[in-house]
Amino acid sequence: MSLAVSLILIAIVAITGVYVSWRAGRLDRLHARVETARAALDAALVRRSSVTLEIASSGLLDPAASVLLADLAHDARSAQSGRELAESDLTRALRTVFSGPDVRDSLEPGQLEPGQGADELIAELESTAHQVFIARKFYNDAVAVTIAARGRPLARMLRLAGGAPMPEFFEIDDTLAPAGMGEQGTDMPHLAS
Amino acid sequence: MRIGLVCPYSWDVPGGVQEHIRDLAEALIDLGHAVSVISPADDDAALPSYVVPAGRAVAVPYNGSVARLSFGPLSANRVRRWIRDGNFDVLHVHEPAAPSLSLIACWVFDGPIVATVHGATTRSRALHAAEPMLRSALEKVSGRIAVSEAARTTLVHHLGGDAVLIPNGVTVSRFEKAEPLAGWPGEGGAIGFLGRMDEPRKGLSVLLRAFEVIGAERQALRLLVAGPGDTAEVAARVPPWLRDRVVLLGQVSEAVKVQVYHSVDVFCAPNTGGESFGIVLAEAMAAGAPIVASDLDAFRRVLRGGRAGELFSSGDAADLAAAIGRMLDDPARRAMLSAAASAAVRDYDWAKIARDVVKVYEAVLPASSDAAAAVIA
Repeated sequence: MSLAVSLILIAIVAITGVYVSWRAGRLDRLHARVETARAALDAALVRRSSVTLEIASSGLLDPAASVLLADLAHDARSAQSGRELAESDLTRALRTVFSGPDVRDSLEPGQLEPGQGADELIAELESTAHQVFIARKFYNDAVAVTIAARGRPLARMLRLAGGAPMPEFFEIDDTLAPAGMGEQGTDMPHLAS
Repeated sequence: MRIGLVCPYSWDVPGGVQEHIRDLAEALIDLGHAVSVISPADDDAALPSYVVPAGRAVAVPYNGSVARLSFGPLSANRVRRWIRDGNFDVLHVHEPAAPSLSLIACWVFDGPIVATVHGATTRSRALHAAEPMLRSALEKVSGRIAVSEAARTTLVHHLGGDAVLIPNGVTVSRFEKAEPLAGWPGEGGAIGFLGRMDEPRKGLSVLLRAFEVIGAERQALRLLVAGPGDTAEVAARVPPWLRDRVVLLGQVSEAVKVQVYHSVDVFCAPNTGGESFGIVLAEAMAAGAPIVASDLDAFRRVLRGGRAGELFSSGDAADLAAAIGRMLDDPARRAMLSAAASAAVRDYDWAKIARDVVKVYEAVLPASSDAAAAVIA
């Protein structure tokens, strides 16, 4: 009798232990996913400001747009606390510069041969804007799941997350085309063309 | 002369630069020149006939605050078309370093360019990816004007080269005549103040302290305060026994502003510093208001060392109270100062300032051009 009770108790403890450590391991994996996604997002944002700086110094645009984009790209890269605002400001300026119906026709060839450098730079900007969009989506997904997992009673009670800081959403305006100008049927940002 | 003026900031947002360009354009038109202004503005905005809209401006952080600017290929196209259609003898850009239409216009235009610097910009990044473009656009400017010493310092520091100092003007005729506000100045006398209430350098707190002294001596004297700021916060700073004699209008329209100058026996400019010129002072002079002003260098100069208005020791409420008291007791002196102010302000009338600006245009025109020939003939 007492042997059976002990066995059952041991089994319960063992199962609970396995379950808890499985939950802890899952949280750990979620935090790792957040970190990876964050690194990818940072890389995408830095690439976007690099291409912006390259465009600003290319002579492709008018000096007002060049000066402003260079300023904003620099701000976005060096911002600490105001990172989200700075990145949104950069998006808005890029949208203003590149969202006209006849952008490519009205660009100044400058030092670049039309049809060569200009198109490449714009294509590169478009692709980094996609990267930012995707990376931010994935990062915020990871954050949402992690926050939900950490909010479960068991995780809270046993402090399964340990000392890991609570991840935060990254909210910026990253739509490059004005509403209605993007490609139909997709939520990808697009430079008007 | 065919003159193109370029405004970098949105026309429909009130601001010093926009007002300056409007007054300059109208004064130049009065002098018989053909003037066109290009400015960021919506295509369907109600604009004066001489303003060409360059499309909606975008709010972006610039120079420590958020400015509404125009930039990018679409704005550049508008500027190109405007310059082609205008066939200008001279292009006059304002705030050329601001990343907006002025900078674009410098880049596009191939004739003589004059630039006016208004504000003290705080460009921080010395090495800038777009610096070469900025530099080559600004190098085309052949005549520079600064509206104040502060603006001139900025210009020398950031752009290099020197500038002619031509202060802001005031359109005297707009201020000369107006009806006082109903019930003002009243039997007991009235003092006036106009300016940002929450900006310490405008000196409202000095005037409020002085009014406590002088209000106690004169039981019916009132104080009229107009300007942007939190009226409730200012009212709380006035002792309760004096509160119903301090009338706080808050921000007022251009028309009411003119009336304010005509509604008081003494107009007070108690600024404690930072004024390069004092447009409020010039406007009060144009309205012929008897003035008591702090003895800042700029104010002393504008008021002819005290002959066109009473000066008091800056920041000294007791001295201000005494000066106001002397003025209120002496109607003959008030009339004399009013007449002297009206005469002195002629030097700052846009009609005269615009002639000074035209002299700068003439200096940069190529000697062989038709416009220069017309000027010489």
